[in-house]
Amino acid sequence: MAEAGTVETHGADAHDAHHEQSFWSKYIFSTDHKMIAMQYMFTGIVMALIGGYMSYAFRMQLAFPGETVPGYGMVSQGEYNALVTNHGTIMIFWVAMPMLIAAFGNYLIPLMIGADDMVFPRINRLSYQIFLISAVVLIASLFVPGGGFGGAWTAYPPLSSSAEYSLTPLGSTLWLVAVALEFVAFLLGGINFITTLMNARAPGMKMHDIPMVLWMIVIASILFMASVGPLIAGAVMLFMDQVVGTGYFDPGRGGDPILWQHLFWFFGHPEVYVVLLPAMGIVADIICTFSRKKLFNYKLILYTAFATGIISFFVWAHHQFVAGIDPRMANVFTITTLIISIPIAEMIFLYIATLYGGSIRLATPMLWALSFIAEFLIGGITGIFLGASGSDIYFHDTYFVLAHFHYTFFPIAIIGFFAGITYWFPKMFGKMMNETLGKIHFWGTIIGFNAIFIPLFILGTAGQHRRIYNYQNFPDLAGLQDLRVFATAALLVMLVFQAVFLFNFVYSMFKGKPAGKNPWKANTLEWTAESPPPHGNWPELPNCYRGPYEYSVPGREEDYWPQDVPPDTAPAE
Amino acid sequence: MAEHQDHADDHGQAFYVKIWAILLVLLILSILGPIVAPHMAFGFLEAWMITMMTAFGIAVVKAYLVAANFMHLNVEKKYISYLLATMLMLMLLFFAGTAPDVMEHKGQNWENVAAEAEIERALEAQGAADAHGEHAEGHEDAAH
Amino acid sequence: MSTTRPIATTRSATGIPTGKLAVWWVIGSEIVIFGGLLASYIMHRLGHPEWAEYASHTNTWFGGANTFVLLTSSLFAVLAHHAAEHGDGKKAAKWLLGTCAGGLVFLCIKAVEWTGEIQHGYTITANGFWHFYYTAAGLHALHVIAGCIIMLIIARDAWKGKELQRVELIGIYWHFVDIIWIFLFPLLYIAK
Repeated sequence: MAEAGTVETHGADAHDAHHEQSFWSKYIFSTDHKMIAMQYMFTGIVMALIGGYMSYAFRMQLAFPGETVPGYGMVSQGEYNALVTNHGTIMIFWVAMPMLIAAFGNYLIPLMIGADDMVFPRINRLSYQIFLISAVVLIASLFVPGGGFGGAWTAYPPLSSSAEYSLTPLGSTLWLVAVALEFVAFLLGGINFITTLMNARAPGMKMHDIPMVLWMIVIASILFMASVGPLIAGAVMLFMDQVVGTGYFDPGRGGDPILWQHLFWFFGHPEVYVVLLPAMGIVADIICTFSRKKLFNYKLILYTAFATGIISFFVWAHHQFVAGIDPRMANVFTITTLIISIPIAEMIFLYIATLYGGSIRLATPMLWALSFIAEFLIGGITGIFLGASGSDIYFHDTYFVLAHFHYTFFPIAIIGFFAGITYWFPKMFGKMMNETLGKIHFWGTIIGFNAIFIPLFILGTAGQHRRIYNYQNFPDLAGLQDLRVFATAALLVMLVFQAVFLFNFVYSMFKGKPAGKNPWKANTLEWTAESPPPHGNWPELPNCYRGPYEYSVPGREEDYWPQDVPPDTAPAE
Repeated sequence: MAEHQDHADDHGQAFYVKIWAILLVLLILSILGPIVAPHMAFGFLEAWMITMMTAFGIAVVKAYLVAANFMHLNVEKKYISYLLATMLMLMLLFFAGTAPDVMEHKGQNWENVAAEAEIERALEAQGAADAHGEHAEGHEDAAH
Repeated sequence: MSTTRPIATTRSATGIPTGKLAVWWVIGSEIVIFGGLLASYIMHRLGHPEWAEYASHTNTWFGGANTFVLLTSSLFAVLAHHAAEHGDGKKAAKWLLGTCAGGLVFLCIKAVEWTGEIQHGYTITANGFWHFYYTAAGLHALHVIAGCIIMLIIARDAWKGKELQRVELIGIYWHFVDIIWIFLFPLLYIAK
């Protein structure tokens, strides 16, 4: 293996200290994993605000149909569809994935394994650049003549393939191109994550010394890579249908619209685990730090995560129970879907076991982590009603589904993000966030969130279908308008509380209490670097001597035992 | 820096040329397959079955030869082969879950009438064209 | 851009060099992309008996010639790897150029083939078979082009004796592109 690059024994920091980096190379064209992580995070936050704004607009339309929405204007029928479609698309692909996987993955992986950067820094930068372009293309799709794509984030043909039906020829194609570019960005990023975790670990860090959050992010990347292929093929086909005029999904020309559904959901279902696992990983690390206990049965959690990933490939058609698939297939998928609830439930039990008997400290990150467990539990349980094809016949396409997936996605994308950012903010910016503001933000968000979506469960059970512009046209459902107004009011309250977070975030970055290296007294390697870590992370890269969750080890004076501290000569137990 | 390399590389260039020659022979066989198959059919072994076996069986063998010898999977760490095999298994899984809806045009309590109508129409057009002694154009420019 | 190679890149806890590990993961993701496309094609081909007649119009000789070209270019790629293993950057670069030339010949044959087919009216919108024919072969051709470009960059470095380990990596990618064609050939040309 002819290595032509120079190998340094010290971190790149010493070398680059002589290079005064310009604004452009330090912030815009950086290859440093921490800067790229920040880029992903800020892009994700901006997109979250845009996606949140969209939900504001369409919820106002639902609560006060036909009235002008303050700060938006009139929501026309076409616009309603575009808002709903792009809200979903943005939240999954441009908020959940970049914040949980790209931002935290990029930031944490090298730091937690004791490396100075990702193994392919320039590909890392390229992946962000492609991602940024994809975000710009998506936003552009909303402003082209005809308007943004309104065919739902699932983009079923022929609505999505034919401008005759979608009425948004440009919007549809730009939306598709944006999603495809985002996939490419995450494929590139995923390869970096997988290779870095597998190869670039500190000397002494064995597979089971890796913090759970990193395992989860990498398993998620593997799941993504293995599942997105058929959808990329499908996206090429859909693109051809839209732009060239082929009939891939037109039965009159030898195609089949159900093919798209299968291609989409073969990816779509593993995708939800792609976003779930990193959130669960973040929660794992936080609950250990704030209960001063080791993760209960690390290996079992790890194998369960792998098992979940594998089973997630076998459940996809539960999204298609009433789409016209063969009922015999529906039987198979019902069974597999019910089976997949078992490993997730098991992980929740293992987390509870981790907490049991611990010295619990309810700092803001811990509040978020605990609420993740509670809220996701509701989401998961309501999924069982949908996974059984019999009950799904009634619930499909109702607000019950919508409430179910918000009770899963919101904990994943929003609670998971807040848990991670409140926990690692001191490391990223060298300052502590304000605890009081953090707790105010927490309660406002959680109470607001539940107040939005519990009414939606009720509306769904009453038979309210999704993706409808105005429920006053349905006599049976018109009487439930109070619930819609209540949910919208709760959304407004929840959105207002986000200002508390934004203020806390920006204020603490400049005026927060200095954090020091390890304010939470945690074990993992990132807490041994400076806050924030310099380019190259450490002047000398650390070694690893033990697992990541050696808290409250009997016989030791401190209740934590960082991974990089060499074993002392005195026996630990 | 070739000392620590696996001894497969000591094969030298001749080894790779040999593999290439085998690949070419297999290519020729797969091209000849459809031509000789009708003459080799007997009993339940129809011509198209032989063609399928030569065409795809040979493709699998060729792929194996390239993967094992050119990509050096035969000396690479097993983990890589498991990774690739897993991806292939996923493709089989995708096929198994989708084909009952897309490949078949009827099933338990459902029938894809549009597809069946299209097939019938196309076969009729081809039959009619054959009856006129010409090759069917196959030009299905079905407008919406 | 003062990006010296990070220490992380030089580590190898798995025993597989990082570049090679990454390329194999890329191959893994490409398998599912082409796999999805080809699985969809196979489902349609088996479910639509009228496609047999459409498929009869592909030219097996063009397809066979292209298979020969790609197999030979794969030979060149592995010979380039062999040369790089023995530290001979210039020879490796020459073999890589040969591989690239093979890719270009492949594309030329394809261009001629497609021109003929389009002139006969077998366009991409003609019917379902031709949709897949052009899309699958087209996606493959895009990968050939991308491979050629990367190969030229690596050949340039190899000529100077730099980054010789990358010769093997682009070779692995190229062999994969060859294997895709090994399956496309019977799917599109033989199975009639």
